[in-house]
Amino acid sequence: MRPVYVISGGITKFAKAHPDKDFRLMAKEAYDYALRDAPRFSKDMIDGAVGSYFSDHFTRQLKAASMVQDYLGLCPRPSKRVEGGGATGGLCFQSAWEAVASGRMNCCLAFGFETMSRVNTWKGNEFIALASDTNFDFPVGGFYTGYYAMMVQRHMHEFGTTVEQMAMVSVKNHGNALYNPYAQKAKRLTIKQVRESPMVATPLTMEDICTMSDGAAVCVLASEEIAAKACDRPVKIVGVGSGSDVMRMADRPHGKVLLLPHERESDYVHLKYPGVHSFRGGRMAAKQAYQMAGIRHPLEDLSFIELHDAYTSSEIQTCEDLGLCKYGEGGRFVESGVPFLPGVDYGMSLPKQGRLPVNPSGGLLACGHPVGATGLMQAVFAFWQLQRTIDKHLGDNTIQIKNIKPGSRGLIHSHAGTGTYITVSILEAT
Amino acid sequence: MSEKGTRLFGVDPLILHEHYEIDYRHSYAEDSPFFVGLTKGKLLGSRCTGCGYTYATPRSHCMECGAPTAWYELVAKGRVHTFTTCHYGGEAFLHETPFTLILVEFDGINTLFLSRLKGIAPESVRIGLPVVARFAKTPSFKVTDVWFEPAEER
Ligand SMILES: [Zn+2]
Repeated sequence: MRPVYVISGGITKFAKAHPDKDFRLMAKEAYDYALRDAPRFSKDMIDGAVGSYFSDHFTRQLKAASMVQDYLGLCPRPSKRVEGGGATGGLCFQSAWEAVASGRMNCCLAFGFETMSRVNTWKGNEFIALASDTNFDFPVGGFYTGYYAMMVQRHMHEFGTTVEQMAMVSVKNHGNALYNPYAQKAKRLTIKQVRESPMVATPLTMEDICTMSDGAAVCVLASEEIAAKACDRPVKIVGVGSGSDVMRMADRPHGKVLLLPHERESDYVHLKYPGVHSFRGGRMAAKQAYQMAGIRHPLEDLSFIELHDAYTSSEIQTCEDLGLCKYGEGGRFVESGVPFLPGVDYGMSLPKQGRLPVNPSGGLLACGHPVGATGLMQAVFAFWQLQRTIDKHLGDNTIQIKNIKPGSRGLIHSHAGTGTYITVSILEAT
Repeated sequence: MSEKGTRLFGVDPLILHEHYEIDYRHSYAEDSPFFVGLTKGKLLGSRCTGCGYTYATPRSHCMECGAPTAWYELVAKGRVHTFTTCHYGGEAFLHETPFTLILVEFDGINTLFLSRLKGIAPESVRIGLPVVARFAKTPSFKVTDVWFEPAEER
């Protein structure tokens, strides 16, 4: 495998609805942004594309990625669609990485989009729930927030995680988004407001949950040669990993923890793993990506993380899967302030504020979650962070991670279903 | 509202109503005995004929070792492994809210079972609560032909 670089990216503003733009035009806007942002980059350098969108139900247009391919003027170059639930964007990113790493392409475009506004929110929830077993899970009351609520109830039972710790994630991510004009739902919140917002599925309230969105994002991945030619400050992809888990949560095993290099079996003597409280696929993805990138202590070796916080609870669970703290310590990890941005006033006392910011962009909770675009949005934010160009693209430097220098690393994490597909990719500043 | 007429939501851009509906011929295939079992008041799980791994759900081949499984009847009593009460839901289930979902654990069985919990106030549900399976008198041949209710605690 040869080295692969991100050389450009673009995002449309995520919004509840973009009735004036169809998915082709949204993708085109993100694509044109990416073309403009790398001045020596041109369309002829692109050897092919990978498109991602989650739901044929939302789109009601099969082979919609073909229509983007033609709208962007990329025919007859190679193209395909990647689909993997919520992880669709992350899988798309890794698929483009594979195309370049293998030598099949020198430059591959990854584009993703979703148009969720075409049905009402509750119909949308029903569509998403069709990504659970339709014989055994969906008919019982198919509702993803319900599934995540059951997972976090067990997390609370096993580890003593509290709803206030979850609410802190909401305060953080919605607060970070105040400095990100791409975000759909930026606001200053208090723990009390999160808890007093309408209960959706106990213990998750409206402010614990991301919203549906329309949006698109693209990333351009290239070989070292193209990167040097087309881009002033390319970002290197130094680690990729992915994992999976059993579709029906009920069928998950209760066995031994999949350990990261800095952990020991004695850390988890009584823990039955993954059960329904942890994401084994996320741990697997992290383990592979860390191994490839040579990361032994993620808390020290990473500068920031953009992870799939469809729920406040899943951010806490994912921090554990990624080994930022031990299993069971995710709630206290948030409370300590480590995953908050430094220098931002969240209205609470955070002793270790800003040690390793998680979701500086605002994450899915605040940016929105146009499924096929989400994982690519994370990649674009990470790319800009590592290029130190957040100010240029967002018009505000607040969320720019300070002290990014050559060799600094950011992690992106994309997650599907109740943890059925998960990707972790690690990017490095050059 | 007529499904034949044209309904506009806006003219610039032009937004109109579209209806879509489809009927399927759906087979439960190798899982069929489970659904037939429910009509007889039996909850069937699957036990691996190779390694003995015991599932509380239908699965005709073991995901541990790949061997075929055999059906067995679960004891209808278990405990709440985890739970939630849904106050919203997918459109198909909105009219049933609030409803309580549980994962049920059974003694000596390796995996869990997803079901509804009825006959208890949401605030009284807790992890570890003993529950017992109840079966629909008039089957609909869906997994909802079984649900759980609190069992008498001894
Ligand atoms: Zn077996």
